[in-house]
Amino acid sequence: MTKDKSVMNMENRSLISRIFSNKTASISFIFILCLVFIAVIGPYLTVYDPNVPDTSNRLASPSAKHFFGTDHHGRDIFTRIIHGMPLSLYIGVISVLIGATIGVVLGMISGYYGGFIDSFIMRCMDVLFAFPGILLALALVSVLGNSLHHLILAVSIFLVPMFARIVRSSTLAICQLEYIDAMKVLGASDIRIIFKHIFPNIVSPIIVQATLSIASAILTASTLSFLGLGVQPPTPEWGAMLNEGKDYMYQAPHVAFFPGLAIMFVVLVFHIFGDGLRDVLDPKSKK
Amino acid sequence: MLSFILRRLMQTLPVLFGVSLLVFSLLHLIPGDPAVLIAGENAPKEQIANIHERLGLNDPLPIQYWNYMWNIIQGDLGTSFRTGRPVIEEIASRFPITFQLSVYSTIFSIFLGLIAGVIAATYKNSFIDTSIMVIALFGLSLPNFWLGLMLIQWFAIGQTPWLPFSTSWFSPSGWGSFQQMVLPVITLGTAGAAMIARMTRSSMLDVLNEDYIQTARAKGLSERKVIYRHALRSAIIPVITVIGIQFGFLLGGSVVTEQVFAINGLGRLLMNSITNRDFPVVQGIVLVISFTFVIVHLIVDILYHVFNKRMKMNG
Repeated sequence: MTKDKSVMNMENRSLISRIFSNKTASISFIFILCLVFIAVIGPYLTVYDPNVPDTSNRLASPSAKHFFGTDHHGRDIFTRIIHGMPLSLYIGVISVLIGATIGVVLGMISGYYGGFIDSFIMRCMDVLFAFPGILLALALVSVLGNSLHHLILAVSIFLVPMFARIVRSSTLAICQLEYIDAMKVLGASDIRIIFKHIFPNIVSPIIVQATLSIASAILTASTLSFLGLGVQPPTPEWGAMLNEGKDYMYQAPHVAFFPGLAIMFVVLVFHIFGDGLRDVLDPKSKK
Repeated sequence: MLSFILRRLMQTLPVLFGVSLLVFSLLHLIPGDPAVLIAGENAPKEQIANIHERLGLNDPLPIQYWNYMWNIIQGDLGTSFRTGRPVIEEIASRFPITFQLSVYSTIFSIFLGLIAGVIAATYKNSFIDTSIMVIALFGLSLPNFWLGLMLIQWFAIGQTPWLPFSTSWFSPSGWGSFQQMVLPVITLGTAGAAMIARMTRSSMLDVLNEDYIQTARAKGLSERKVIYRHALRSAIIPVITVIGIQFGFLLGGSVVTEQVFAINGLGRLLMNSITNRDFPVVQGIVLVISFTFVIVHLIVDILYHVFNKRMKMNG
């Protein structure tokens, strides 16, 4: 048991040190830590309340008092963006955790067992892939009803097929190796082989994909909220804020400008980190 | 060749079957009774029972699915809860707009993405390369609804004092004239262009490392000839494979673009139907868009196969 733990620690340490060996990965990693920090601490530090309207101060332009101006209810946009940060990260991380777990398990089963199970799972993934872009997530939320958890569920299902395909092909490659046959001959159970011997060897592409998926999950979720599905006002979700702001484009362009900038910044940071991680962990896949 | 097309067709059928099954079950995921949705909360019991009878909701599920499929094959996607018109008519009048929007955006993203990717690869690790790749990363990260709103702000409303220049030359809404199409196509195509630029660059770099490119250079061919005659031809192959998928993403993404630019395509109809809880129309649109995607993907795959074979025979 203790031996396992020390091995785990070595693995973790090498992951962190490998991240810091790459300039792009380390800078974007620090940015992500900052985002997490803002998400955790930020909401306690803001001066204004994100949800209390101030009708005397509607649609005020950006100023020293209101960095990003105020919206159509006079609420401070900077405050609302800070309060929206934990929500966006939460949606991104949780839906990737769910989507990746389902996708990874399906992909490993598919790649390990092959045959009928493989074709069945992969045809199901093809079906999910056949709904282009956000369409399936959109249809699911519209049918299930608007709520944060339905939104997360819809985004997770949207992510499953991608993970399943990547994991399946990595699993297939690992299963070609002799030591898997050796494990089978030694009488190890399938579950043990899959989780103990295959999974640790395909972690790198999964981590890379998960990082990039957080970016697309945040983007997808904010798109759905923009369309009026998922998270509902007055919750300070960035997509929902943009949706409200678009009606005031003529008088007050800043209302729609800043939430979009926030989405872009967070998504960009995760994209860059994902790219950097890929260079560090999975150099073959790109170059 | 024929065997490939047949095999590909045989793979497509179960996917279409699965899609229809999933879309069919959407209606049964709705909390509550669809009949109550049609008739209203306070409708008398007899009316509800009537609607159940009419929609066949009393039949066992497999029979309901069978009828649903049978109707689809005959081109009947049900009737709208709201208007009472056949869903297929509602969709048919809007489909061309969404299809055009997706096709133009695909062309835009291929064109821009290929050029940017080739330039970046040609000037590898230079300032130009870095700038193009940074712009591409921004393009991938932009929420396209935001991009659309900002483009409207900048190029269609044109009265924004805090922007360096702005114009009202383009139209902020609608579809048809050139002025109306430019901004939506840019909005929808940008992410795709960024993706294609990144793919083209890395695939070009792969090819430029190959031996035969070194040979071509050693022969004394100009760098331009090496790149356009030799490298691009093989580098473009992996890019072609994503075009089908790209088109699908744009088809799905058009929902947002249509909403931003008030374009009366399928996406807008979808959003209106979702708001009105008009589920037969929602089902119909999701089905039509997915089927279109699967079929376009199939066609691109077959074309790619043909193209690839011919390239191999010539080369």
